[in-house]
Amino acid sequence: MAQSVTLPSEEQYNYDVIRKFTIMAVVWGVIGMCVGLYAALELAFPYLNFDLPGLTFGRLRPVHTTLVIFGFGGSILFATSYYVVQRTCQARLAFPLLAEFTFWGWSAGVGLGALTYLAGITQGREYAEFEWPLDIAITLVWVCFLLIYVATLLRRNQPHIYVANWFYLAFILTVAILHIFNNLAVPVSLTKSYSLFSGVQDAMTQWWYGHNAVGFFLTAAFLGMMYYFVPKQAGRPIYSYRLSIIHFWALIFLYMWAGGHHLHWTALPDWVSTLAAAFSILLLLPSWGGMINGIMTLSGAWDKLRSDPIMLFLITSLSFYGMSTFEGPLMSLKSVNALSHYTDWTIGHVHSGALGWVALVSFGSIYHLFPRLYSTRMYSQTLIYVHFWLATIGIVLYITAMWVAGIGQGLMLRGFDQYGNLAYTFTETVEFLHTPYVWRAIGGAFFVTGILVMVYNLVMTLIAARREEAALQAKLAAKLARA
Amino acid sequence: MRHENIEINAALMIVLILVVVSIGGLVEIVPLFYIDKTIEKVEGVRPYTALELRGRDIYIREGCYLCHSQMVRPFRDEWLRYGHYSLAAESRYDHPFQWGSKRTGPDLARLGGKYSNAWHVQHLAAPRSVVPESIMPNYSWLLQNKLYYKDVGDRMGALRVTGVPYSATQAEYDANVKTFGKGVADQLDISAAELNLQAQDKAGNYDGNPNKLTEMDALVAYLQVLGAMVDFNKYNEGYFAEFR
Repeated sequence: MAQSVTLPSEEQYNYDVIRKFTIMAVVWGVIGMCVGLYAALELAFPYLNFDLPGLTFGRLRPVHTTLVIFGFGGSILFATSYYVVQRTCQARLAFPLLAEFTFWGWSAGVGLGALTYLAGITQGREYAEFEWPLDIAITLVWVCFLLIYVATLLRRNQPHIYVANWFYLAFILTVAILHIFNNLAVPVSLTKSYSLFSGVQDAMTQWWYGHNAVGFFLTAAFLGMMYYFVPKQAGRPIYSYRLSIIHFWALIFLYMWAGGHHLHWTALPDWVSTLAAAFSILLLLPSWGGMINGIMTLSGAWDKLRSDPIMLFLITSLSFYGMSTFEGPLMSLKSVNALSHYTDWTIGHVHSGALGWVALVSFGSIYHLFPRLYSTRMYSQTLIYVHFWLATIGIVLYITAMWVAGIGQGLMLRGFDQYGNLAYTFTETVEFLHTPYVWRAIGGAFFVTGILVMVYNLVMTLIAARREEAALQAKLAAKLARA
Repeated sequence: MRHENIEINAALMIVLILVVVSIGGLVEIVPLFYIDKTIEKVEGVRPYTALELRGRDIYIREGCYLCHSQMVRPFRDEWLRYGHYSLAAESRYDHPFQWGSKRTGPDLARLGGKYSNAWHVQHLAAPRSVVPESIMPNYSWLLQNKLYYKDVGDRMGALRVTGVPYSATQAEYDANVKTFGKGVADQLDISAAELNLQAQDKAGNYDGNPNKLTEMDALVAYLQVLGAMVDFNKYNEGYFAEFR
């Protein structure tokens, strides 16, 4: 009975935990985006709050942000980092039981977090709403993540650590620091605590955390993803190795200074906010360094954009990354921020990054990863195209509606009549926002439909994979019986 | 040093990453605790009373900060719409800060004293009955929910650990009398928290029903002190500019 001597990749590598995280990422994505769509509809049609405490916008909003950032984004980062670190180090994942624990721990943390928000249990800190017991549990999971990751790096059969791993490593380390310092609190009970810092110091700590949740959770880590999946899908080496070195160190250094731009014109001292604005402008350079490095990897293979829908996802995501990292420094200028801050322009900016960059690069990577995890092919290429267009149209509608809403409201609020009185009441701006809010929800509905198309495609792929596997087993059994 | 040396050494890479990402936070956050001018020297700002504190907890529970900021910026339109720009001193006892990041509804930093208690109750229970264009959810359950306040002393105790001057000893009480005067110092006394809370509710009758101590009472009591602690007539504009 001669068997093949080369180990198939699912035996050489631990794919089991990656499969789980990938599927969970999609599950959180669907729930989180549906909650987001519902919250968007509440803003257009407030009766949808139905006088139910758990359904009000104020309680749903953290459910949405937590499920999409930490549920969808976090799970896909666990999945891809475990995949990339194994493939690029040509080593099996260290501590398989611990890896299993990170899956159950992370999923339970995200799920419980969402449920506690519905019950009104929250720290009242944006993107860090988890109360202290969950914070501690998450920290534990994260330390295990770091251990697994570093131990696998140390097992590598390659002298060099591949560039994707630098980004994942910086992400894991920095998120740990941010999470711990931003969540320092004195507990009253299991469900209530007060933050250790107050007022201006607390504000700066929160936005140092908040901006770098964007910078490391939603950017650096996803760049790690980009550095593996774009060259892999394009079948070409990364455009410039030198550029990746420069933009890596510049990016992680500069990001940590930029948080203060969320507090322009507030009671935060001017020196901090000016410093933050300056570093935010500098941040354009490493951001575009990453975008250029990714997009130019395709040079010489541009025709793939015509034939490969996964490439479309990846390259479009990099284009949105370039756009939102241009818009970000623009909005961090104090004069622009005076108009844009507190308005829906910020919401639009976040979503052009979160939907355009984070979600699209994730979708592209999932379409690349999924068939490899189950040694099969995607069920339908056409449906990948359908998903791509639904998502792209959705994003464009969303961000355009938010530009109209944000800039419109900003201009109305600072409008004066000929006598120097305010031209509009706040209420009049709320009335004005109704139409853009409806369009935003329509854009969101497009995006949600897109991810549902992906779910169908993935499920059909799984079913086909099962069938192929069963057929193969039957064939093998028949052969053995004959022998 | 060649970059290759970092690429082949995981430990070195970890150390360098930690150094590089630490600098920004150290330079921008740590000095805020030490530079004297960060928080303006101003009279009137005091910690919340027991009832106001419970109201603030409800404000956080319902996620009000996701649609309302508490930070007036130094612009002409905001001056006309809301009032004097916010000072760092005004949120020095806010754990956590509630400056917010989005105004789906108007800023609330200077809300205190602007409307009557009755208006607030009506508006919170059914916003569109007062402002037809409003998109705020109805918070009618606040009128039904009895306020839970048995642990208000524990809450003040936890805040005391963070540095808020709620008093647990005679010495701390005396210090508060010196800083805030006797009236306020009595309110900051943790041992009298529950009695103070009931008394403030009786005297204020925020929700219009003196026989029932509801979450509405606490929330309205909190909203009515927002931005109302500092008497800006006492200071000329140049005074605050010094601190910016």
